[in-house]
Amino acid sequence: MSNLVILPILLPFIVGSFLILFAKHHGIQRFLTAITMVGLLLFSFYLATLVYQEGIYTLQLGNWPAPFGIVLVADMFATMMIILSSIVGVACLFFAFQTISSERERYYFYPFYLFLIAGVNGAFLTGDLFNLFVFFEVMLIASYALIVLGGTKYQLRESFKYVVINVFASILFIVGVAYLYSVTGTLNFADLAIRVAELEQQGVLNVIAILFLVVFGMKGALFPLYFWLPRSYYGPPAAIAALFGGLLTKVGIYAIIRTFTLIFNHDPSFTHTIILALAGFTMFFGVLGAVSQFDFKRILSYHIISQVGYMVMGLGIFTPLALAGAIYYIAHHIIVKAALFLFAGATEKITGTTELKKMGGLLKTHPWLAWLFFISAISLAGIPPLSGFFSKFALILAGFEEGRYVIVTVALIVGLLTLFSMMKIFIYAFWGEQKHTEQQAKMPIGKLLLPIAPLVVLTIGLGFGAEPIFQYSLQVADELLNPSVYIESVLKE
Amino acid sequence: MKNNSFKSNEVMLHTVTRIVTFIILSFSVYLFFAGHNDPGGGFIGGLMTASAFLLMYLAFDMDSIKKALPFNFTALIAIGLLLAIFTGVSSMLAGDPFLTQYFRYFQLPILGETELTTALPFDLGIYLVVIGIALTIILTIAEDDA
Repeated sequence: MSNLVILPILLPFIVGSFLILFAKHHGIQRFLTAITMVGLLLFSFYLATLVYQEGIYTLQLGNWPAPFGIVLVADMFATMMIILSSIVGVACLFFAFQTISSERERYYFYPFYLFLIAGVNGAFLTGDLFNLFVFFEVMLIASYALIVLGGTKYQLRESFKYVVINVFASILFIVGVAYLYSVTGTLNFADLAIRVAELEQQGVLNVIAILFLVVFGMKGALFPLYFWLPRSYYGPPAAIAALFGGLLTKVGIYAIIRTFTLIFNHDPSFTHTIILALAGFTMFFGVLGAVSQFDFKRILSYHIISQVGYMVMGLGIFTPLALAGAIYYIAHHIIVKAALFLFAGATEKITGTTELKKMGGLLKTHPWLAWLFFISAISLAGIPPLSGFFSKFALILAGFEEGRYVIVTVALIVGLLTLFSMMKIFIYAFWGEQKHTEQQAKMPIGKLLLPIAPLVVLTIGLGFGAEPIFQYSLQVADELLNPSVYIESVLKE
Repeated sequence: MKNNSFKSNEVMLHTVTRIVTFIILSFSVYLFFAGHNDPGGGFIGGLMTASAFLLMYLAFDMDSIKKALPFNFTALIAIGLLLAIFTGVSSMLAGDPFLTQYFRYFQLPILGETELTTALPFDLGIYLVVIGIALTIILTIAEDDA
């Protein structure tokens, strides 16, 4: 009985629908969207503190009791993800104000933006498998529109592939839901967890678990299923690419972590070994792609893949420390990745290109841009005082404790290659001779840096404030590893 | 279209459309209200209303139908969405969870004892969204010049 839980979904949804009526009024669109997103950010902190102090909040929609109606669940993991989605949403929105052409704005950019946020928040909060599917579709349909908006030739070609692969994944999702429903007869997460435990997760339930791993792996860009990502994230403008790079794949990862800690957690020697192997391949091949590229945005897109591997690695090792590391990593990655994509957008605005070999000497003309980028880049690679270090450190420590030496080795090598490819960007784009014209060199970028700087400050803060944040992650991990708390608060036995 | 020498006089089509449209429209309204206890509801009712409008667009030319149906179908989507959401929000204002349904029996003049529920405005929202989306899709494609 707490309607607070639904507000992160409802707020952007109402404002988004309302803004359809004012498609031609840029002022109203910008003002209302900005107010909504900032309000959402403040509210998400409020909700997270409430949940932190008082335990899991649930809302039974339509006043129907839990296994029969739809239930929304705000636990610590979900509220943390909502805070992150709001932070990235605000930063990308203010960046979009500076960079999105008015042509795009007129064709319902802001309504789609808000619907995307509503879908993402819904996917985090839902406690029902089919409802998760619906929110995935809300998010994906908004993302189809945002990725193709503008209609350049490249966008049309690549977004077609993006749509096809996601429609295919959605079909598999429905098939998985149908199998699971025919085996267990319920769709509520908590109820599913009880029934799967009663059936001891054998045979067909393991098959279904792997089917869900394939589905969410396709959304979250895991090893054999990541091929669509680098090309489709290259097309849209930087503000959208940052939002997608920060958020969309992480919704798939959230779904994997949720299902494999809550429902399919009874046969970890089978499922979690597969997850661990996939994590290793994802990290390695993702970073190989990044090393081989010479394009700012493409390198970042391949990095998303390799870092998704780290998060899944935490789930694969399946100890409290490893899961806490994975959760810390998600928080660190969403913020840093969004910031890096916005840097790519800012440099593209200055030089007019994303190809590294055509850039150079930005350090002299735009020092602030260069050094802020440098901080984010070494944070991504995991250099000690910054947030990337502590999350990787926890993962690797947990790997050693469990004796998973192969994956630890892979993770360390991948960290090195990440640093290499980030330094490649820094050396080509910011050092060297100046390759852009004098006119481009004088371009003021203060306004562009304004939305990015808070993200950089946040990654420094996450690094220096590692102790409390890691404690928080450990509590989230404990909550995830003890699903009985979740089940009891949903079913209220 | 402008080639007048080939212009045929489609009396049959126009006359039949004038009659059939009313039948389809009334059936779609019937389906919309039947939804609570019989097959039907906002989605199928909305599709059928849209198909009646579509028949009018097929039989007559674009401009005269735009005069007859002066709706902005994109705005219709927004209004439908807002109507559906605020049905849910209204139960929040009463202190119940989002989307709680209320119903009561009323004595109405012609219909006698009738059950009125808050599911009806929610369905009306769906009905408007479906009409708006179907016609936006069709008219956008139709107006697209090569």
